[in-house]
Amino acid sequence: MTRRIKPITTAAVIFFLVSAVAPLFVSSWATLFALILAKGIVVLGIVLLLQAGQVSFGHAMFFAIGAYTSAFWGKYIGGGDILLYLVLGGISSTVFGLIVGLFVVRYREIFFGMLNLAFSMVLWSLLEKMFPYTNGADGIRVARPGLLGFVFTPETFQYVILYVSLLIAAAAFYGVQRYLESPLGHMLRAIKSNETRLEYLGMSARRVLLIGYVISAFLGGIGGTLVAIIQQIATPEFGFWTKSGEFVFIAILGGGAHAFGAFAGAAMFEWVRFYAAAHLADSWQLILGVVLIVIILYAPNGLIGLRQRYRQSGKRGR
Amino acid sequence: MADVLLSAKDIKIRFGGVIAADGINLEVHEGENLAIIGPNGAGKTTFLNISTGYLRPQAGTVTFLGQDITAHLPRTITKLGIARAFQIPQLFLDQTVMENMLIAAASRQGYPSGFKALSRLPEASEMERLLELVGVRSYAERKARELPEGQRKLVDIALALALKPRLLLMDEPTSGVASSEKLEIMDILTAALAKEKVTSVFVEHDMDMVERYAHRVAVWNVGKIQKVGTPAEVLADPKVQQQVIGI
Repeated sequence: MTRRIKPITTAAVIFFLVSAVAPLFVSSWATLFALILAKGIVVLGIVLLLQAGQVSFGHAMFFAIGAYTSAFWGKYIGGGDILLYLVLGGISSTVFGLIVGLFVVRYREIFFGMLNLAFSMVLWSLLEKMFPYTNGADGIRVARPGLLGFVFTPETFQYVILYVSLLIAAAAFYGVQRYLESPLGHMLRAIKSNETRLEYLGMSARRVLLIGYVISAFLGGIGGTLVAIIQQIATPEFGFWTKSGEFVFIAILGGGAHAFGAFAGAAMFEWVRFYAAAHLADSWQLILGVVLIVIILYAPNGLIGLRQRYRQSGKRGR
Repeated sequence: MADVLLSAKDIKIRFGGVIAADGINLEVHEGENLAIIGPNGAGKTTFLNISTGYLRPQAGTVTFLGQDITAHLPRTITKLGIARAFQIPQLFLDQTVMENMLIAAASRQGYPSGFKALSRLPEASEMERLLELVGVRSYAERKARELPEGQRKLVDIALALALKPRLLLMDEPTSGVASSEKLEIMDILTAALAKEKVTSVFVEHDMDMVERYAHRVAVWNVGKIQKVGTPAEVLADPKVQQQVIGI
């Protein structure tokens, strides 16, 4: 198993290094890479649930909770700091994840997915309709926060938030991969293949899934907080079902067999969107759709499954 | 007489018009291998399902070491010391045999926290010993789905043994296995049970297996226990021969 993972880990290290260095040469990439890393963190949560064979079509709710926590703090309390926003966003999404999780982990497959969707749409409606508090569809502006008391110009800030995102993404990647290799991570995988046996080994499958769910909610909240800081706004769109679909799309694109799949998928998605949007304006989704069709046809295990597929086809050719 | 491990008192359960248990009374003694025989639909598996918490009887109680476990969940009963092996082996097919075993070992500890890799758990050597004991050590690094049926059965039993149970309930441990392998599997299995000091109850249709490996036999028929005794006593009973064995 170790031999199979190693090349992916190497690819992950290269990816994080490129994320750190490339924007130093092309400044417009700083925000692009920061967004890739932030969304990669959210998608890590989706990848985590995929281990148990569960797909959440409502994870944007945790993304929105993280984003709105920063927005509310800025609007009602004022001031703020990147670290404070991250701590608050992490706590609020974790608490919300625990509450929602207690309901949804009782269900599996399509029911799990749709119940998540239902919760996220309730949140989206609240954000849209409670105009006096949320500014409705306009959202809430998130003023550029400082970091540990330091205040930055817009030019410097894009690098500050890039490196904060990079540190958190690398830590999240390492933590999630360790978790997946731990007994609890293996038990999460065991839910997918044989939940009955897990119960007969003395474990509560629901509790194992709940732990995974809360971790994934936390990751969603952290990613949402970062995106709100990067884009300096939180809107109800952050919690809309299309956003949840986008995260699932990225997870499938990258592949769910390893934590790096989340970042590989996020990089491909944001990169295609960045350049396709520049050339095709409102038709960039067409390009993304074609990319997904190609991935499903030729790399059903996502981008990180390409190498394995290539090796297998090489063996067959010999 | 040895201590009573499991005791079922006046168990009743029916599914619509089918009576699966109609006043079942049975004791399982420490150290024995108790075989349950009977025609299909007699309620043998239902008894295992009730004893492991998968089904709740409509009347009666099941006690384990004197503790009432009738309303307990399967995982609670497992923690008390009753493990189960299934007619169709229940493995984590996408994981290796050793990972399957280590998940069982970790489960025995409760909810493992921390980020220690599963493969580095200190129980790894103990799990290797168990796999050796049931004769599937050479499959340790293979995915469970790649194993032949007979080996899957043995891994399923090894998983149960990894929990260090006092009592192991097995549903047709040799079904689906080539007849040439049955004796070998049962030899391995009974030796492992004796070495680990595990009492067993096994449902079986093959009377050769029952005669050779059971200490006592309970005969099930239409939700009732028709007879309990040594294999020689039970298999020689004309009623059992006629109604259950079909001679």
